[in-house]
Formats: sequence, C-alpha cells, structure tokens
Amino acid sequence: MLDQQRDYVLRTVEERGVRLIRLWFTDVLGNLKSFAISPAELENALEDGMTFDGSSIDGFSRIQEADVLAMPDPNTFEVLPWGDPKAVEARVFCDIHNLDGTPFEGDPRQVLRRNLRAARDQGFTFYVAPDIEFFYFAPPERGQAPQPLDEGGFFDLTTTDVSGTLRKETIRTLETMSIPVEYSFHEDSPSQHEIDLRHTDALSMADSIMTFRLVVKEVAAKQGVHATFMPKPLEGLQGSGMHLHLSLFDGEQNAFHGDGDAYNLSPVAKHFMAGLLRHAAEITAITNQTVNSYKRLVPGFEAPVHISWARNNRSGLIRVPIPKRGNPSATRIEYRSPDPATNPYLAFSVLLAAGLKGVAEGYELPVEADANLFEMDDAALGKLGIDTLPQSLSDSLKVMEQSTLVREALGEHIFEWFLRNKRTEWREYKTHVSQFELNRYLRAL
Amino acid sequence: MELVAVFPEPPPPDLARTLDLAGYRWKAVASADEAARHEPATGWAGAVVCCDQDPDGAWAFCRALRKRDTPVAPLLVLVSGGQLADLELRDELFDDFCLTPFHPSEVEARLRHLFFRGGTEQRPEMVEYSGLALNLETYQASIEGRPLDLTYMEYELLKFLAQNPGKVFTREMLLSRVWGYEYYGGARTVDVHIRRLRAKLGEEHANLIQTVRSVGYRFGQSRWGS
Repeated sequence: MLDQQRDYVLRTVEERGVRLIRLWFTDVLGNLKSFAISPAELENALEDGMTFDGSSIDGFSRIQEADVLAMPDPNTFEVLPWGDPKAVEARVFCDIHNLDGTPFEGDPRQVLRRNLRAARDQGFTFYVAPDIEFFYFAPPERGQAPQPLDEGGFFDLTTTDVSGTLRKETIRTLETMSIPVEYSFHEDSPSQHEIDLRHTDALSMADSIMTFRLVVKEVAAKQGVHATFMPKPLEGLQGSGMHLHLSLFDGEQNAFHGDGDAYNLSPVAKHFMAGLLRHAAEITAITNQTVNSYKRLVPGFEAPVHISWARNNRSGLIRVPIPKRGNPSATRIEYRSPDPATNPYLAFSVLLAAGLKGVAEGYELPVEADANLFEMDDAALGKLGIDTLPQSLSDSLKVMEQSTLVREALGEHIFEWFLRNKRTEWREYKTHVSQFELNRYLRAL
Repeated sequence: MELVAVFPEPPPPDLARTLDLAGYRWKAVASADEAARHEPATGWAGAVVCCDQDPDGAWAFCRALRKRDTPVAPLLVLVSGGQLADLELRDELFDDFCLTPFHPSEVEARLRHLFFRGGTEQRPEMVEYSGLALNLETYQASIEGRPLDLTYMEYELLKFLAQNPGKVFTREMLLSRVWGYEYYGGARTVDVHIRRLRAKLGEEHANLIQTVRSVGYRFGQSRWGS
C-alpha cells in the first residue's frame, strides 16, 4: 500500500508538472511550518525522509541533538490550487522522527497519532467536526485598533459583496483541497464569519484545520484583507470560537448513540462527557492557549464560562445537539470552549484522553444544567456543584501543571516545553501596563 | 524456471507435494514483506495462494503482489466452496482459481495453462465514463478535459467505482475492496471520501456518484436505467 502511494505521488508530480513540493509540519504552538524541495529530491524524501535542524522550531529544541527527520505522509499529498499554473506547487504533511526512526516526542502530529492509537486499541475511531469563527479586517497597523470591513468605507463595494466573495472563494479553495464545508455564514459581530467543516477522522481534521487557517488567510490577503483567528479581537463584541463536534465510532456504529435514553446517548457517550467535564480545567490551557483566549470566555457572549452540560443551553461547556432526522450516526457532543488559535493536534489529543479516561473509569455524568447559568450567582452554582473554567492563562497553567492526564497525553517533552513557554507569555503580559489601567487610575490616583 | 511464491508458510502439505511432483521450484512465504525480501532478482515467476486458513491475510497478500510496478503473474488462488463469493470484484487480484479440497492434477493443469499463456492479459489502461477519464497508467484523472487533483485514496476509490459502473456497493464492500483489510478507519471513511470526490467532480458531475439510501453508493446510471 505504501509503495503504491509513493508511486502515485511521484507519477502525479511528473504528470502535473509540479515544480516545488512543500513539506508541512506543525510546531508546538500550532504554527504551520514549511520547507520546500524540488521534484528531484522527492523520491528520496518519501523513502528516507528529509533531515533538518529542529532547533529553530518552537518546541523542537533539545539539548543533545538538534537534527530531526521529516517523513512525508503520502496520503496527504495534494496539488495546491493557488499560485502560478505554469509552476504548480504541491504540499504534503510530514511526521517528524528522530534520526533513529522513532517518533519525535516534540511533534504534535505524532502526539495525536499516539493518542488515536490508544483509542483504536479500545476499538474506537475519533471523529471531529469544527465550527470555525474568524474576522476579516483591514490590514492591521501596529498599535491601531482592528478595522472591520463592514464599517467605514474600506472598500468601494458594499460589504456583503466583499466578505461574501471572500467566503465563496475560500470555500471553493477548501473543497478542491479535500476539505468539505458543511455551512458558512456571517456571524454576529461586524466582519465575523463562520465556516463549519464536515466531520472526519481526527488526524485528517487536524491537518484540515492547519490547511483551513492558511487558505482563509491566503484568499483574504489576495484581496488586501487580513483574516485573523485571534480569539477576542474586539472588546465588547463576540469573540471567535472553534466549537468541536466530537463522536466515537466503533466500526460502522456510532458509539455515542444509545437507544432508550432520553437524549439517545449511550453509556460510552455519557462517560466520555463526564471525562471531559471532570478534566476540563486541566486541558483548558491547551484548548485556549493565549492570554487573549480568556477575554472570550466571559459571560454574555455565547462563550462557555461554566463546566456543565445541557441538551440545548449555549452557556454550558458541552451541548448535545439533536441529530438531523434522528440519524443515529450523527449523534455527537459539542465542546464549546476551544478557540481557533489552538493547536488542533494537541487539543484533539487532550480532549480524547479526557473523554476516554471517563469511559475507562466509568465516570458518572453530572445532572444536566439547563437553566441559563449566566444569570445565576456563585452560591446558586455552587449548590449545583458547577465550577467555572479557569479565568486566565495563568489559572489554566496552574491546573495543567498538576495534571497527570495532560502530562501523559502530551508526553513529557511537549508538556514541559509548553508550560515554560506559556509562563513566559503570562509574565510578559503581567508586566504590561494597559490602556484600561491608564484610563482608570492615572488621573484618579 | 524461476521461483514461484506460495502462501501461506507453511503451505498445506498436499499443495507442497503437488508442486514438487509437478516440478515447480517454489518458496513459501508468510507475508507480503517476506515475499519482497525473498524475491529473486528476476522477480517471482508466479504465485499460488491458498485462502483456506487465513482468507483476510491471503487477499492482503494477493493485493500486495498485484499492486506494484510489475504485478506478480500468473497468480492462482485456492478457495473453498464457501469462499467463492470472495472472488467477486477481485478479478484484478488473481488470474485463475481452483476449489479446495483440490484435485492435484487439476492444480497442475491450471498452472500449466497459466504459465503457457505467459502471464496476464492486457488490462485496459483508460477508464472513461461520461466526461470522466482515468488513465490507469499515469494515475491521472480528468473531467471534461479538466485535470482532477486527487489524493491517493480518492483516486483509488474513484477508479474502483468507475470500473464498476451501475453497481451498488455497501460501505463495507468499498472499505474492504479499496482500502483493504489492514485499514481500521471504519466505514465512515467511505462517506468522507465520497463527499470529497463529489466536491472535486464539481456540481454538474457530482451526481456521477449516487447515494443509494440505506445501502451505499453507485457510480453512474443503474443497470435498469433508473
């Protein structure tokens, strides 16, 4: 099978006249990294991988050995639909290995592979469908507030034309790159958009999200527009989330579907949800990894604040959507806290680990919280046993630090590096004197 | 004559005896990997695959031998009466078959005939269906002359469907025939790939692949014209 795939890639490069092959991988913070090789080197790269110096990549640095090996995954080979048609380019995702061929523990894609293998050993495949929100702005200038396209004549065309065209072009490009789109629409905030992707297995989906972020930015940049996945770019308006619809399949069967339950949820689904709820605080640093992420997780903006679940309560962390036409295979849960600035490989890893822990230990699902939690005070919530998500990056890191679950899911290397890197981010933020403070204190004190 | 590959390792004793008596030089191998390791410089002269004990392993073995630059041929499979259905849609994986328990002189006669013909027949190199063209030699697909850029599995799925137009396949069938038994992704994978293929075929050709409710998928028009 592998030989056949390699052969397919090599022939396609030849037949389509591909001039450059981009080898893609992801650093620990979720940034897409790339280096390019010529077709002449491709056969070698597919066979033996390409060695490169990992020390300049965030989270790849080690003390003894800087060199790592990028092994292209031929199944992800795809001709890029943009660029010069006379000098076609293609991309292929890579797994990073140590020089001795073992998986490199600093590679998020390898981390997700390891977690998916653990699920498979229990008979499960993990499926994910994200709803990704983002903003279009005028190209930002340093220190200036973001300027939405919908306001203030940035374009001669009417706003619906510009963002509508951008979105249509984005979807066309995504579809030609094997990323099917389910819905897309203009979101609540000015210049905010949402694109929902159709579910697929978690590894393909993590790759797809990496591709998605690039496509959205590329298509916008061609029109002189800046697209951003920053979780909360505009104060007082809704931020950008990335709700994740999760399900486990056991062969053709949706393992979350159960007959005879009020919500058609199986025991596996309930234990999985219980796992997510119990470990939610520990994994929040991964699903919401920036200082800015926590400005989105506040009451009043349809972003979750409390660690709770409900069939249809958008203030909770987990929602159980009603499957279309009662289709059992569409049974799923929606985990609502992540934002689109997360590293999808790591986010899927910790979500899966938390859920499976609940399944393995048979955690009991707390009662549904169907009242609007935003309107309750802490005492009332406490009575229901409902906690809140960590309130800042610093809080998240403190909980994560104590978590065996996250340490095991990520592996020692990424766990340690991530905490170190993010503590530095928090320290830098803490020493910053903000406009808020100047406005509030400079004259008054 | 060069070596003939025989699966499994060890082969059934009466098969070993039959091959010896018929004067074949052969080597039993337990897996495709092992077949690759022991392959003579001039390639295997052919293969005899017994599906009796481990049918999944046997078909995976055939697949590995056939899906490579120079497919191993001729390839004779030995199946029991209950396994005859497994032959369906696997025509490209073998050249002839023989029922088990077999009669030694039948195996001998079939092998002699296969070797006389000198390998496989010419297989068609182009598959065409209402604007869609697949060049099996170069792996290139096009629709109305426009190249289709497909991932490997998308290409394999489209090829399989286009080679069997008008036939309805369940997800399980597609999974086992296109992905092979080694794949654990589950039948959902089929839906995901069908959805991607339709998007790449474009709106006006997306209906080349039809969903057959609560059964599976069909490529092109049904044989009964509906």
